[in-house]
Amino acid sequence: MAVVQPATQTTHMFLNIGPSHPAMHGIVQLIVELDGERVLGADVEIGYLHRAFEKECEVGPYNNAIPYTDRLNYVSPMINNFGYCLAVERLLGIEATERCQYIRVIMSEISRISDHLTCLGASGMELGAFTVFLYMIKAREWLWELIEAAAGARLTVSYGRVGGVKADLPDGFADRTRRVLEDVRGVLLECNTLLTRNRIFVDRMQGTGVISKERALSYGITGPFLRATGVALDVRKATPYFVYDRIPFDVPTGQHGDNYDRYLVRMEEMEQSMRIIEQALAQIPAGPLNVDQAGQVLPADVMVDEAKLGHVAGFKQAQVRLDPTLQGSTRGFHEAINAPERRAVLPAKEDTYGNIEGLMHHFKLIMHGHGIRPPEGEYYSAVEGANGELGFYVISDGSERPYRVRVRPPCFTIMSALPELIVGDMVADIVPTFGSVNMIGGEMDR
Amino acid sequence: MLQTLVERFPQFLLKTSAYRGQDTAVIKREGLLEMAGRLRDDPGLQCDLLMDLTAVDYLKYGRSLGSAPTRSTPSPLPYYMKPKPTTEIWERAVSNETYRFDVVYHLFSSVYHHRIRLHVPVTAADPVVDSLTSLWAGANWFEREVWDLFGIRFTGHPNLRRILMYDEFQGHPLRKDYPVNKRQPLIGPTT
Repeated sequence: MAVVQPATQTTHMFLNIGPSHPAMHGIVQLIVELDGERVLGADVEIGYLHRAFEKECEVGPYNNAIPYTDRLNYVSPMINNFGYCLAVERLLGIEATERCQYIRVIMSEISRISDHLTCLGASGMELGAFTVFLYMIKAREWLWELIEAAAGARLTVSYGRVGGVKADLPDGFADRTRRVLEDVRGVLLECNTLLTRNRIFVDRMQGTGVISKERALSYGITGPFLRATGVALDVRKATPYFVYDRIPFDVPTGQHGDNYDRYLVRMEEMEQSMRIIEQALAQIPAGPLNVDQAGQVLPADVMVDEAKLGHVAGFKQAQVRLDPTLQGSTRGFHEAINAPERRAVLPAKEDTYGNIEGLMHHFKLIMHGHGIRPPEGEYYSAVEGANGELGFYVISDGSERPYRVRVRPPCFTIMSALPELIVGDMVADIVPTFGSVNMIGGEMDR
Repeated sequence: MLQTLVERFPQFLLKTSAYRGQDTAVIKREGLLEMAGRLRDDPGLQCDLLMDLTAVDYLKYGRSLGSAPTRSTPSPLPYYMKPKPTTEIWERAVSNETYRFDVVYHLFSSVYHHRIRLHVPVTAADPVVDSLTSLWAGANWFEREVWDLFGIRFTGHPNLRRILMYDEFQGHPLRKDYPVNKRQPLIGPTT
């Protein structure tokens, strides 16, 4: 009597996630094969944010590439700036001054904290912890205000210069930074309380997105992602650059290589970064003394007009009052933060505006067809970016344009491992796993 | 490091050099797979991380693109802009005319923290090298990128298709003969 129902036909479902999807930070497409809620296979499509960074670098002189590097990892642009500058400096065979190297360390670590805050805040938000996101973005805002005080910009800072940095730290920067770090610690403590033992958060993070130590190394993964699997590899320790070898800090590692360990590693890395900043602020050689208190201070346009008329007597000692965006790069500051290398470093603004030698020097570095000319050669500079090893491989053919600039983007290798990370997990686990990859489209697609 | 390489792989090496403190070995294409495998597995070397894989097109090396003064027509430089005398001279091991491309590998040891750079010269007529996907999973995307941007093929790669560009893209944009302002045919939904 009863009608026998045919057995339900089940097929695998293919699902497109992205390219435009709120959980796909930036634009990237995941094509996943599903059996019910379980992920059976996955493919990743990248390249939606490709802006021909490497090709554009070959077109202009060396300094032209610095603003482009801001747009690689736009959450921590300072690290990109310094990585590129380091490669060109090594090609030229010059060394930044000690104060400059400390400034670079401090700014890199501030950037690293803001990057980790963004990553963890966004991950938290995607798992429903919206409060954490707001708290962390609030703390990031304080850090960006520090960056703004030094560089004049918040996101696209272009703060690095070949041979130095754009400007010295502003007055009272050390005290202000210490106060901000105290506040950031408070925020991290709050977030720690909200997340680390939160049942919902732990259940979603623990045991998802697992990768073994061997597979991570095989994929070329570096940074917090690799350290969460238990490999204590950090470029700052392994091959120290700047002054990282003088500053003691710990390299936190995880054990399981899952999302939760990556969260813990990033939380601890922020604490270590703050430790580095505090020590660097204590160690940094004293700032410049204002050379000549008796020297006159002229507005820049007045100085240029006077110099055009040949009224340059006394200009050797005169100081110029600059536009706020150029503050910290006048004489006195200039010597402290820039390498004594006239092949690469612009003259102090007083010299550019006040005498013909300075103007010619400026011209020789800025005008079309002129610029920095490293000798023929190649150099691969590696710095610890927020996501892992950030490499700049620069080749010079002796002209004023880089022959080739190659960026080794840290999240590129992690994204190539993403199919392996999500296969076997549920659809919902894609979100925390993808969040912990911390994909930055600008850096991966270049 | 370089000494070890010279002792163990004399048959593959074209040249070794240390420039600015970085070790470079230029090797023959035939020896790549074996040498990379030995570099990875040798207990004394253990270069277990393929940090980077890229390529360089030497087509216009030393010939600047625009009207700017080049090495052949140098503009007079003031004394402080002149290059400093140095004993370190970088030179390519092979001629740019014969071997247009170099495929460049950066290896790193997570144990000993040393780096080694491998250059594999290939010709324009036969831009093919062996794929390292059998040794490192990370080589997969890197090699796809080099194929996409330089048009260098990798034998043994499981899925060699474009990665940053779209499938309909014509040409390989990081080749030096690809004009920076070249337009691509518009693509869109087929009607």
